[in-house]
Amino acid sequence: MDPVRASAREIARAVNAREVSALEITETMIPHVAAVDEHLGAYLTLTPELMREHARRVDARVAAGESLPLAGVPAAIKDNMCLLGTRTTCASKILEHWIAPYTGTAVERLLAAGALPIGKTNMDEFAMGSSGENSALGKTKNPYDLDRVPGGSSAGSAAAVGGFAATISTGSDTGGSIREPAAFCNVVGFKPTYGRVSRYGLIAFASSLDQIGPFARTVEDAALAYDAMGGYDPMDSTSVDLPLQLTAGHLREELRGVRVGIVKEFATSDLAPDVATAYERAYADLAALGAELVEVELPTAKYGLSTYYLIAPAECSSNLARFDGVRYGLRVDGADVGEMYEKTRAAGFGPEVKRRILIGTYALSSGYYDAYYVKAQKARTRIADDFRRAFENCDVIASPAASSPAFAFNAKSDPYSMYLMDYYTIPVSLAGLPSLSIPCGSALPEGGSRPMPLGLQLASPLFTERALLGYAHAYEAATQHAAKLAPVQMVTS
Amino acid sequence: MRSKYEAVIGIECHVELKTASKMFCGCPNEFGGEPNTKVCPVCLALPGALPVPNAKAIELMIAAGLAFDAEIPAFSKFDRKNYFYPDMPKNYQISQFDMPLTQGGVVHYWLPDGTKKSCRLTRIHLEEDTGKSTHAGSGDGRIAGSSYSLVDFNRAGVPLMECVGEPDIRSAEEAVGYLEALKRTFVELGVSDVKMEEGSLRCDANVSVRLHGAPEYGTKAEIKNMNSFRSVHDAIESEIDRQIAVIEGGGRVIQETRGWDEAAGITHSMRSKEQAHDYRYFPEPDLVPLELDRALIERIRAAMPPVPFERFERFTERFGISVVQTTQLVDNPPLAAFFDRVVAICNAPAAALNFVLGDLSRLANESGTPAADGKVTPEALAELIALTEAKTINSKIAKDVLARLWANGGSAKGIVEAEGLAQVSDPGAIAQFVDDVLAANAESVVQFKAGKENVLKFLVGQVMKTSRGKANPELVEALLREKIAAR
Repeated sequence: MDPVRASAREIARAVNAREVSALEITETMIPHVAAVDEHLGAYLTLTPELMREHARRVDARVAAGESLPLAGVPAAIKDNMCLLGTRTTCASKILEHWIAPYTGTAVERLLAAGALPIGKTNMDEFAMGSSGENSALGKTKNPYDLDRVPGGSSAGSAAAVGGFAATISTGSDTGGSIREPAAFCNVVGFKPTYGRVSRYGLIAFASSLDQIGPFARTVEDAALAYDAMGGYDPMDSTSVDLPLQLTAGHLREELRGVRVGIVKEFATSDLAPDVATAYERAYADLAALGAELVEVELPTAKYGLSTYYLIAPAECSSNLARFDGVRYGLRVDGADVGEMYEKTRAAGFGPEVKRRILIGTYALSSGYYDAYYVKAQKARTRIADDFRRAFENCDVIASPAASSPAFAFNAKSDPYSMYLMDYYTIPVSLAGLPSLSIPCGSALPEGGSRPMPLGLQLASPLFTERALLGYAHAYEAATQHAAKLAPVQMVTS
Repeated sequence: MRSKYEAVIGIECHVELKTASKMFCGCPNEFGGEPNTKVCPVCLALPGALPVPNAKAIELMIAAGLAFDAEIPAFSKFDRKNYFYPDMPKNYQISQFDMPLTQGGVVHYWLPDGTKKSCRLTRIHLEEDTGKSTHAGSGDGRIAGSSYSLVDFNRAGVPLMECVGEPDIRSAEEAVGYLEALKRTFVELGVSDVKMEEGSLRCDANVSVRLHGAPEYGTKAEIKNMNSFRSVHDAIESEIDRQIAVIEGGGRVIQETRGWDEAAGITHSMRSKEQAHDYRYFPEPDLVPLELDRALIERIRAAMPPVPFERFERFTERFGISVVQTTQLVDNPPLAAFFDRVVAICNAPAAALNFVLGDLSRLANESGTPAADGKVTPEALAELIALTEAKTINSKIAKDVLARLWANGGSAKGIVEAEGLAQVSDPGAIAQFVDDVLAANAESVVQFKAGKENVLKFLVGQVMKTSRGKANPELVEALLREKIAAR
């Protein structure tokens, strides 16, 4: 078994069977990841000693007779998730040297299930962005074309898994930050229902939308990681106190009797011709697996972007207020406390973070609150209602995961064109629904020389993770799109 | 000049709730301690930490609301109040904006002369306390001129309720009466310690004046920095005088926040309303809205002790106890409850009052054990009162029996029977004691006959002593007079 290319399921099986030790896997992965990451830039911090420590612990537990669902599985952690003793930066200058003094729930559970922490991955600063380019601390490249972006905000987590520098990874998705980079990097990216995975230890961007989920190269691996991380957590009041339905052992092979909704308003004619063809093909493949394609309407989905860009900035303007130079993180001294705040935040936050704090502060201001924030909340309810109605006629909704394949660095200089990348994912986030992106082919992008991966977004009703992963698994089993593309050769092995 | 004017006062109080842990984390809710030792990721607002509401704090809020007949809505929620301040870790305070836990209600209170008053409540809402800043390098602890500041977050996240009163108060005395009512109610309910010196009660007063009969309120000033009921009283008095002087001088009162300077005895301007914050309230997305279960509310209501004002009315109006003594009782909730139980059994409030505020309180003070926590049960005291009322024992013996009960517990009847302490009212038996005493004190008999009336007291005492206190003192005196006269 080659631990670099193996699936999480294969690794865990081999480690539990004591065919290979977690420490052996670790010693293979550490130099490999270091070499790949020279080119890929997926990681902000590598944690080899911590990885070894966890590997020894896993080996001891397996030796004691335990069987762990993720035994010895190399995992990358997005750098907005606290991991005790490691630098946790959100890819921001303001937290560049901050060491987390505790571990968040999702990461804790992932490691308790036997996963091994390789390191912390790069991201758009505070998870604000769709290309990874908003990181203040590093540049992550797309493993399928190093001149292109990996997508964002979970840039490094998607690139690491897509570039075989991790078996699984954690991401966080607020408006598409797992699904869009998953599509760009040829991997499965899964955002569970809002409230399914505890946010305790996830550095907040927009509390009512943030949700942790996994990246993996197979649906089954994503299911294993979700099963490990998910479930009620008393430390997060918004986590849902429902028994977690395990998914990994309940995946399916066909789609007979499944009604797949194709959204009338998401016409493929909006896409580049190659891309449109690929999605039409994907829908046809679903039908070929036995699914019934039905047209559904989401008339308010077009308000998704403007709704999202009021609610998310409003929450972030408040969530990010704690970064003030008083207790931790960057401090730039000033003549008085007010000047210290201003200088610290001016130096510590990048332009996109500042833009969203300003938008959010404005939207919440007295005199504008009703016109912006309250109205956006009403629109959010309407969008969720549209989905509820659509699910009366279908079991799952299929759409593109992103508006285009991965684009070149610096291609989207105005914020709005960047925001448009999440056109298909944002309405789903506003409705809190479980959804994922699964590789569904490729297209030659504008100005590109290599075909770049595309992702199919599947979204299902609240708390139907098991069904959703099942549909994705059936599609994956039949199409095997991920295997049709290979990442750039970065190291000679 | 002052009599032309009427003051209009509204009071806002912040009261720290008496819970074991903080509002949104498990850190202990305790006053003081080494700075920054009662903290965790949540109350320090470390990145990624999330709040979890303290269920006990919500129950205490409901009890507080019910005590004042407030409405407890079926739904409530938390909101964020956004502003930057170094002792506020998140730079927003989790508070309640438009859906507080309690709405409306009335605080009934009384003045030292027994006059009953009331003040309507606007609302009581739940929030979290901030840390504490210490400004160093300026010599006087003030921020002006200080070279650096230190922050202690031990208090950050302590549950705090804000009680907002309507402007129904008309004088400094009423303000103090209102605050005392809040204090004794919260103590009675176990909602808070209400210690102004430890900051568990902090209050601001909105003060304005107007000519008597004027239809509109005057412009108000908000007074801060009052750290005792005395300073609330004095600050309001001073502010009323200041505003009247401004108006009489042809000036106009401006809306502003003023600080009370205890030493100087005046208020001074802190900031005007133009500099007011826009707090950008919005619903706290880290917490789900609260659904208040009716059954829970009814359980809390059923477990609540009588509120102090209810006792006040009962004690003064039904039992005829003075305002001073009633206040003394009501301000000691365990003692008031003890008293209530004694009266419920023996139905002799006057006698019960004498024992409870008299000998029992004295014994308690001497021993350092609170009266209601001692070995004297309400049943035993009620029995003792019944024995006294029935003249089975006299008041002297009753004192002794109470002392024995205090020391060893047990029943009053048991002690009286075991020790043969029942009063002797048999004239034959008493005559024997009297004869003995008269024989031994011939000198005193002569003096009495010579008109020294107070010698009789001495002789009564001697007879009581000889009878080991058991003789009926009225009979003793009558027999002494009779027998001396017969000599």
